[in-house]
Amino acid sequence: MDTDLARTWVQAIAAAVDQHKDHLTQLDSAIGDADHGINMHRGFSAAAKVLAGSEPDTVGAVLVKAGTTLISSVGGASGPLYGSAFRAIGKALEVPTADSQQFAAALAAGLESVQKLGAAEPGDKTMVDAYAPAVAAFQLRVDSGGDFAAAAGAAADAAEEGMRATTPMQARKGRASYLGARSIGHQDPGATSTALIFRALAQTLEAR
Amino acid sequence: MKKLINAPETVLDDALAGIAVAHQELTVDAENKVIARAGGTRPGKVALISGGGSGHEPLHGGFVGLGMLDAACPGEVFTSPVPGQMLAAAQAVDGGAGVLFIVKNYTGDVLNFQMAAELAGEEGRTVETVLVDDDVAVQDSTYTAGRRGTGATVFVEKIAGALAEQGADLATVAEMGKRVNAASRSFAVALTACTTPASGKPGFDLPEDEMEVGVGIHGEPGRRREKLRPAKEIVATALEAILADQPLAGGDETIVMVNGLGGTPLIELYVVFKEVAAVLADQGVVVARNLVGNYVTSLDMAGVSITVCKADADMLSLWDAPVNTPALRWGV
Repeated sequence: MDTDLARTWVQAIAAAVDQHKDHLTQLDSAIGDADHGINMHRGFSAAAKVLAGSEPDTVGAVLVKAGTTLISSVGGASGPLYGSAFRAIGKALEVPTADSQQFAAALAAGLESVQKLGAAEPGDKTMVDAYAPAVAAFQLRVDSGGDFAAAAGAAADAAEEGMRATTPMQARKGRASYLGARSIGHQDPGATSTALIFRALAQTLEAR
Repeated sequence: MKKLINAPETVLDDALAGIAVAHQELTVDAENKVIARAGGTRPGKVALISGGGSGHEPLHGGFVGLGMLDAACPGEVFTSPVPGQMLAAAQAVDGGAGVLFIVKNYTGDVLNFQMAAELAGEEGRTVETVLVDDDVAVQDSTYTAGRRGTGATVFVEKIAGALAEQGADLATVAEMGKRVNAASRSFAVALTACTTPASGKPGFDLPEDEMEVGVGIHGEPGRRREKLRPAKEIVATALEAILADQPLAGGDETIVMVNGLGGTPLIELYVVFKEVAAVLADQGVVVARNLVGNYVTSLDMAGVSITVCKADADMLSLWDAPVNTPALRWGV
């Protein structure tokens, strides 16, 4: 992945979030406060706009900039969480071009920063339920000799599977946790937006 | 749902502009979205900053002024503010004696204020945080994000604000804020869901004859749904939850707030207050001070929250201290 591709990824996320914002908000209104689509749209549109006018030297600089923009524009829990994730991924990629092994390690660093900040574990019905399996699937495919695009495709599939698996879970973190058992039966909006982010990565790499 | 707005995207900006025109004793930084006292902070006075999603007016901007907050940071509707807002607020009102963040316990607010505290710390500012988590409808356990911060925020902002005004240092003001929170419990019931300007639709469907019990202030559903009952029985349910968590003895003094969630007429809030006062009087508990009105709203939600603070003599005296803000004003 080079700086252009990193930028294309962020733009692809912005487009995907734009397309799915009503769905994200609808999921959030069932177990949250009905603003996830709007907030993600505001944040990723801002990130795509900031990147359109800049020429960073490294893949990391692109993603750190995206993360910083998310933190300063999203609000809610998703701003700091996604913002920190992108900043951590970026900080691990201070190179003009990143290979799949470096990218796998960076994704793991992003997950670590999300879990450190939000204290969520797999099974808590959060974005971690999509993010953690995606990181594992990406690494597994890289280790078994798959190329970057194949690894990203495997990560996207795993994220979507993780997203669907949140439906029967009872939320233990975030606003949905206030509902107790009533959170069961609804797909988690955060896991859903995470799956969009990994699908955008896979599509960006396929189209290369 | 009909709304008196120009466009959903401009609600916050338009409202801030309105606040700026209506309250010339306040200064509104439209760029950073910060509402502050126009005169700045008296040197040596601890600065109190709070904030949170919009839609809870008068919280927090309506409590900026003498004896309460120095600045408020409104986020988008029901969305916590971003760290840059709190940093800009700290830069604007830090009078050299440190900054106290008053934060309602929601994941988003906690994370954004935490990041702001780190940024302010990097600038050499001293920041303490009081986390408000008074809502007994949420079980405080490892299985939830912890209790939500609701009505007690008003008590914390008033009492800690009065202490700061008297010149107490940051540690003392923070300690008092924590004591007020620890002494306060809240419980809310909604008769309708609220409608955010952006979605235009109610956050959940509530049949005509039902109520949402243990509801939060963001349009999120509560813990259970029940048939609507008379005010007297609803109050009994709410106070039972509050008193089970914070038992009160005969002779204990309290500050009680009966707070409308935005869509309930004042006449109904007085009906509720009558029942609250009767239950507490039965138990020999003294309602030493009270607030009845709309202080922590949830847009247009019909419903009520009840907050009871077991107040000591210090808290009562600080409660009585002068306050001059758009939403609370006495002794001045």
